[in-house]
Amino acid sequence: MTVRALLPTVDTFTPGRARARLRLPFSPWHLLLAPLALLFAAPLIWLLLSSFMSNTEINRFPQALWPSTIDFGGYRYVLENALFLRWFTNSLIVSAVAVASNLLFGSLGGYAFARMRFAGSRVMLVLMLATMAVPFQLTMIPTFLVMKKLGLIDTLGALIVPSLVTPFAVFLLRQFFLSLPRELEEAAWIDGCSRLRVLFRIVLPLSRPALSTVAVLTFLSTWNDLTWPLIAVNHDTQYTLQLGLSTFQGQHHTEWAAVMAGNVITVLPVLLAFLAAQKTFIQSITSSGLKG
Amino acid sequence: MVPVVWSFLLSFQADDLVTPSRLVGLDNYHALAQDPHFAQAVENTLLYTALYVPLSIVFGLLLALVLNRRIKFVGLYRTLFFVPFVISATAQGVLFSFILDPQFGAANSLLHHLGLSPQGFLSDPGQALMVLIGITLWSGTGFCVVVYLAALQEVPSFLVEAARLDGAGPWQVLRHVTLPTIMPMTVFLLMWQVINSLQVFDLVYVTTKGGPLGSTTVIVYFIWQQAFQNFTAGYGAAAAYLLALVLLVIAVAARLLRRPGSRGSTEVPR
Repeated sequence: MTVRALLPTVDTFTPGRARARLRLPFSPWHLLLAPLALLFAAPLIWLLLSSFMSNTEINRFPQALWPSTIDFGGYRYVLENALFLRWFTNSLIVSAVAVASNLLFGSLGGYAFARMRFAGSRVMLVLMLATMAVPFQLTMIPTFLVMKKLGLIDTLGALIVPSLVTPFAVFLLRQFFLSLPRELEEAAWIDGCSRLRVLFRIVLPLSRPALSTVAVLTFLSTWNDLTWPLIAVNHDTQYTLQLGLSTFQGQHHTEWAAVMAGNVITVLPVLLAFLAAQKTFIQSITSSGLKG
Repeated sequence: MVPVVWSFLLSFQADDLVTPSRLVGLDNYHALAQDPHFAQAVENTLLYTALYVPLSIVFGLLLALVLNRRIKFVGLYRTLFFVPFVISATAQGVLFSFILDPQFGAANSLLHHLGLSPQGFLSDPGQALMVLIGITLWSGTGFCVVVYLAALQEVPSFLVEAARLDGAGPWQVLRHVTLPTIMPMTVFLLMWQVINSLQVFDLVYVTTKGGPLGSTTVIVYFIWQQAFQNFTAGYGAAAAYLLALVLLVIAVAARLLRRPGSRGSTEVPR
């Protein structure tokens, strides 16, 4: 009972005792955690610092580990670059459409699978679940051929259409709808509400946690995706931010400050969204994987 | 389901994505079996998986055990460990190509300040794959931490108390109570991390493009190269099918493994 090491003791841990014994003004765990946390944060701190450096400062060896003056040259270079703004807009459009349509079609599909019985509904559900197990690499070549047939290759359409609705969104929302008490809907039903009205007025307002999970994960996967844009578009005006950044880096090795500024801009939306809704973020990422 | 069948059919064809394809039977699969580049890609992917998966799970568990205690700033620590996970592989790749640049990168500057000799990192065939594993550990360990933290919350405290009353020390509680209780989560993480490792692509594309000397060519990079660079889509599809089959076997095996331990408690949607 003396050393309470490595135990999940949230409920029973008494900080007073450990402190008195070790005579440290803080928990000894900080000696381990603080350097580790610094190690994890260091690359990101360096990303931010180097984005404010001048190119001469970056190209010197050994590099200064701190910018002597704050230099906005990198940001100016990137923001005055019309292509870069275009990539940002493209990413924003693709992600926004994906989030909105996954919420809408995911809800409609999920509700249909949860509450309606129609010819072939079981078979369709099983088929849809099966596709969730299929890795993207298997479908990317045929998807490319389909987009090509539709004449969408090299347009934003090729980026948007395949992500309009994912089986994951439908499945997750279906599971959530199943957990809601039927009685609520039946009351509205008897009062003469239509199916759609029940869904939008009663079911969806109760489904905030599931909807935010779908929104968070859809945003994260579309905003961060590189593979599909790499395949689906060739012309640099159609690039997303991730694809743009990867080519930008290849062409501007000497403009590292600008590359890092672009990187900050690429990371920022996700980072801000994460910090603003940390709990939702973490819950959706863990729970979706665990329940899938 | 259509793309799955389509891909299957493609894998028996020669297709350059432009002209009509023709059937070649099992030729693609025969060629794969003899392709030294494919063999190297498989070897690299397996090495990557064999190192990254256990390391991320063990680090994740250790960190979660510490972070599950009542310490000041515990929320801040959790955030710091998790933040790299939400950053795209592209952004990670660009950032680390910069930090690890052999000529003037911050990493070599730091080594210089410490009086150590500079390293090639991603440009050294002997190091590149290890460096990639390091980058993925940086970004992926936080995920394991968060999953384990969630699991540790559900370890029933009465079990821990009972074990303590019976005279179990902290190591015994860990071994006989905590670890068995979070076993289903470990199986889940194992499967999840293996599946993700076998599919790694973005980071490789951004940092090394499979080089130097093919030392970081992984399976998905090979598939992409075949289909969209060499325009041998059928050949790429065959490789993709082999990968998909392996992933399917892992997923099925994990489901069978998980069933006895999960007792339905993790199946309730939130």
